[in-house]
Amino acid sequence: MTTTTDRMKQDSQQDVEQYLRMYRRMVMIRLFEEQVNELYTRALMPGLAHLYVGEEAVAVGVCEALRADDYITSTHRGHGHCVAKGASPDRMFAELLGKEAGYCKGKGGSMHIADPATGNLGANAIVAGSAGIATGAAFSAKRAGKGQVAVCFFGEGALGQGVVYEVMNLAALWKLPVIYVCENNLYTEYTHCSETLAGDLLQRGTAFGVPSEEVDGQDVRAVYAVAKRMADRARSGEGPSFLICNTYRYTGHHVGDINREYYRSKQEELQWKTERDPLKNFADWLSNQGLTDAAAMDRIQQEVRQEMKAAVEFAIASPYPSPDKVEQDVYA
Amino acid sequence: MPEPATRELTFAQAVNEALAEEMRRDPNVCILGEDVAEAGTPFKVLSGLVEEFGADRVIDTPISEAGFTGIGVGAAMTGTRPVIDIMFGDFLTLTMDQMVNQAAKVHYMSGGKWKVPMVLRTTLGATRRSAAQHSQSLHAWFSHVPGLKVVLPSTPYDAKGLLKSAIRDENPVIFFEDKMMYKLKGPVPAEDYTIPFGVADIKRDGDDITLVATSSMVQVALGAAALLEKIGISAEVIDPRTTWPLDENTLIESVKKTSRAIVIDEGYGRYGVTAEIASVIAEGAFFDLEAPVKRMGAMHVPIPFSPPLEDVTVPTEDTVFKTARTLCGKN
Repeated sequence: MTTTTDRMKQDSQQDVEQYLRMYRRMVMIRLFEEQVNELYTRALMPGLAHLYVGEEAVAVGVCEALRADDYITSTHRGHGHCVAKGASPDRMFAELLGKEAGYCKGKGGSMHIADPATGNLGANAIVAGSAGIATGAAFSAKRAGKGQVAVCFFGEGALGQGVVYEVMNLAALWKLPVIYVCENNLYTEYTHCSETLAGDLLQRGTAFGVPSEEVDGQDVRAVYAVAKRMADRARSGEGPSFLICNTYRYTGHHVGDINREYYRSKQEELQWKTERDPLKNFADWLSNQGLTDAAAMDRIQQEVRQEMKAAVEFAIASPYPSPDKVEQDVYA
Repeated sequence: MPEPATRELTFAQAVNEALAEEMRRDPNVCILGEDVAEAGTPFKVLSGLVEEFGADRVIDTPISEAGFTGIGVGAAMTGTRPVIDIMFGDFLTLTMDQMVNQAAKVHYMSGGKWKVPMVLRTTLGATRRSAAQHSQSLHAWFSHVPGLKVVLPSTPYDAKGLLKSAIRDENPVIFFEDKMMYKLKGPVPAEDYTIPFGVADIKRDGDDITLVATSSMVQVALGAAALLEKIGISAEVIDPRTTWPLDENTLIESVKKTSRAIVIDEGYGRYGVTAEIASVIAEGAFFDLEAPVKRMGAMHVPIPFSPPLEDVTVPTEDTVFKTARTLCGKN
């Protein structure tokens, strides 16, 4: 017979496993993006990429609340969402380099990674471009009746697009299982959100009767807790939610955005990095709770670093698609 | 043995029947649009469908064309087969990002992994006294974009067969119905049939000139051909039926035979469907042409309201007849 104490131990063990999984995923995103920046600076990557560094707790906290068969849509700053939903770094790097082995056979690139196997409907390079797609996936999910949820990730810049409110209204009317996750990283490209957003942002959801909450996007446990509640609510047929995660983009709008003083100060960047780093704060919390130790977290870092190195090598060694593939996949 | 049942149906009834049959065949087919349920659309094309299939499958939406078209894209990617209803083709402007940047590109951008089997039904055509924002024929825009298929039925028979193909297609398909043609009657088989895309239909055989006509302009071309016959000119009328995929071969072969061609389409003439088809003919039948390929489309003006103004903006039997007569040197 299981005693209460045993069960508590069991729960606590599960919690630790979950926390370490979340920590590993956050490290994966951070180190993935480090490699992306490296590929860019070494001129090995065609085009540009938009790094997710600093925002890791949002993707990981939200996706931790999701099942494998749940859907996500992502953005131009989408690497973190893909990793958090379970994508393999090697095939992601291959896509970033335009290689045949990439998730989209090199046809999508950094801004369009999609993977049906992990429910990733695709990253979208039109701001708010996936609002309809995520809501449509929720429409199918409701019809299928298997309790699936769709998450629509977007930045605060997307709050300027009307289609977000069209689909939010529809999702509320039809009680669709969709969570609109707004990552407010304060900057719409090179413009502070105080210049682009009027009024109370949460009320943009509550006006439609959509439960809306704001959370510290640098605290992965807090993000997970609210995302879990929203996902459970969606699964039980109660409809959409709106979640604003307050976060920060450590680097530029894209890898080439190096000189940023004209729109934000180095002091501001330093403050976020030192005081509100989602990885460091989570690691400190885990240590302080005695749930793990520095050695274990170092080990995770080392393992992930090796994994990323191998993934990059795989991508570099992979062949480009043959030019005769250019007309394939236009039509199904 | 009894003949297979072929009835006379209106264009609207043929569309309605195609939808009803496909919804019976496949429970994943849903209709979304403004006033599609009890109202059956302002054109009454969808009358009776909500009664048979219920409000879960024939779904009234708010006036949010971008929103419900976008929902159509995501729904199509995940197991639903949506038929999106955009009441007037002019409102397609509101769906452009969803169709052009999302629906058309999802399959390619994902390396062929995701598919968007959706149909967007809408209308085209002027002369309904509806003025500049309810009268345009904007199918050229979508024919321009890789990843989309564009269908333009001109008879009840074609409407039913092509709409069934559209619903069964694995790609986003835009299906344009001429709103002035909904009451046109024609023979429609009761049994299941489909018409493949990219196969032009020779609506009338002829030897002296080829009239390539789309959608609303097919009846105009047939009327002009009847007038031409009276003065001894034999006109062949060809309906491409889909502007993409385009049956280039049938067009070129016809012009090689007749040596003259007019392309007639209700979209704006400039940079439009007529330009594309004329260039296909010019390239493919150059050495057989006796005259330049002539294009006839809507005038380069917003569609005006006043009847005497509106009527001169689009090709008519009379203008096509006169243009053909001149091209054949019979003035």
